[in-house]
Amino acid sequence: MKKYTFTEKKDTRSGFGDGLLEAGRENPNVVALCADLVGSLKMNAFIKEFPDRFIQTGIAEANLIGVAAGLTVGGKIPFAGTFAEFASGRVYDQVRQSIAYSNKNVKIAASHAGITLGEDGATHQTMEDIALMKVLPGMTVINPCDYNQTKAATIAAAEYEGPVYLRFGRPVVPVFTPENQVFEIGKAVMLNEGTGVTIFATGHLVWKAIEAAEILEQKGISVELINIHTIKPFDSEAVLNSVRKTKCVVSCEEHLMNGGLGDSIAQVLARFFPAPLEYVAVDDKFGQSGTPEELLAYYGIDTPNIVLAVEKVLQRKKV
Amino acid sequence: MTQDIEQLERIASQIRRDVLRMIHAPKSGHTGGSLGCADLMTALYFSVMEHNPKEFSIDGVDEDLFFLSNGHIAPVWYSTLARSGYFPIEELGTLRKLGTRLQGHPTTHDELPGIRISSGSLGQGISVAAGAALAKKLNGDEKTVFVLTGDGESDEGQIWEAAMFAAGRKIDNLIAITDYNGLQIDGPTDEVMPLGNLRAKWEAFGWTVLETNGNNMKELLETLILAKNELGKGKPVFILMHTIMGKGVDFMENKHHWHGTAPNDEQLQLALNQLEETLGDY
Repeated sequence: MKKYTFTEKKDTRSGFGDGLLEAGRENPNVVALCADLVGSLKMNAFIKEFPDRFIQTGIAEANLIGVAAGLTVGGKIPFAGTFAEFASGRVYDQVRQSIAYSNKNVKIAASHAGITLGEDGATHQTMEDIALMKVLPGMTVINPCDYNQTKAATIAAAEYEGPVYLRFGRPVVPVFTPENQVFEIGKAVMLNEGTGVTIFATGHLVWKAIEAAEILEQKGISVELINIHTIKPFDSEAVLNSVRKTKCVVSCEEHLMNGGLGDSIAQVLARFFPAPLEYVAVDDKFGQSGTPEELLAYYGIDTPNIVLAVEKVLQRKKV
Repeated sequence: MTQDIEQLERIASQIRRDVLRMIHAPKSGHTGGSLGCADLMTALYFSVMEHNPKEFSIDGVDEDLFFLSNGHIAPVWYSTLARSGYFPIEELGTLRKLGTRLQGHPTTHDELPGIRISSGSLGQGISVAAGAALAKKLNGDEKTVFVLTGDGESDEGQIWEAAMFAAGRKIDNLIAITDYNGLQIDGPTDEVMPLGNLRAKWEAFGWTVLETNGNNMKELLETLILAKNELGKGKPVFILMHTIMGKGVDFMENKHHWHGTAPNDEQLQLALNQLEETLGDY
């Protein structure tokens, strides 16, 4: 098992804020919009440096999405920011018509995604957003795993032409991917090569999967570990290349089982290379208040649950 | 670009003929609002707007822009775009047919020149137009952005989000027009969802408000020019445009039945008999 270490923990939303600032310095057409959550989305540095390129919309997310779409007419590259639930579920039809169907170059910056939003509870914890966004034709869906990767993904999203849903979160998590990495949209990242089982993980659960892989290695299980930071376009090739070798799969995500990463993997497996798959995801439930770590454990998507899922899928592989 | 009222009225007559024939062919489409807004579309594209039909670009830099929020009246927009040179008029006969660029509701998806955003799901156009107007300001582009909405569309909450936003952000290169014909699919607007005093509402939101008869070319033109002159004063401009649904065809006028109904063969002939063919049918 390749060794992954970290010296600090940071929130992925800070990666977004710092990436936005850098993208803004790189390209004068980058503008930012926010629906009254500037501090939460770490947009302050961008606003300080480019006050004329920031648009506050107030608590009006439908308008936020429409204004962002309109700004592209004239060549702007808008990053429209709010909490993930309000950036997807609340404005699904606006995103569908004004951005996706219209193929507008809008970057939806969706913070506080998933259960690790924590104490605010289920109204604010979206675990449906990947499903909602990936089903839209032409929408790119990115879910990076740590500060460095989120920063790189933000810069890559600005350079990419087309609609992007960029999903990140609230809690501080280990920073373990390289600083100033090149982020290739749609390209899975191999974290560890192995032969017994493949774990595909996305977002915050990538670090949990690393922890699980270390435990499994001590049990003598050779784990291949792959970071799927882009849910769409989906790197089917990475899935197939790995599964042809390991013959069984575990998917890990901070999302509902329905419509998330696991389902994208299942589709590839069913169509091209049937193999057992265990989901580490939330099974058709809303969240609740609690600390991020308590919630990950309660809903069965923490490190011990990834270990269990691997053991289970290995049993199925034998049959 | 002309200010010759009689010439504009002749163009509007042809556009009304186009609308009826376009909707008759697939036996599907929104006749009433399209006929009611034929005068506005004519005034905008043949007189008021500075635009470039021959070299269409999505960005529309240094051009006036128009957005149609009530996308269901696409037929009148398509006819106006074709008649002003954005695409061949023969294409009007493809409305709502499989493979057409003239979709039931307007879209950028098929790259039809003149269209800059998809619309149809109501309430979104003023937000989009406000965004495009902001882009013009950021780009130092002094041209104007127009957007048309339906009156029933005012039921949508996003309209009022956009109303608050455009005034609050002082987007004073934006003119929003509401087609106030008083009818929507299920009946009179004041029964389906009472709109109250629209003029007072827009004034209260901080817009400069004008009111006009949208089926009187002279008055309409004067109002649009006045609206343009009101720009640049720190406020967006709203025009409450009174029209008659189905205008120009006596048996369609003021009947909400014609909101989304296509004429049959006989009705088409009766209707065309009332509208002079001025530019030649497509």
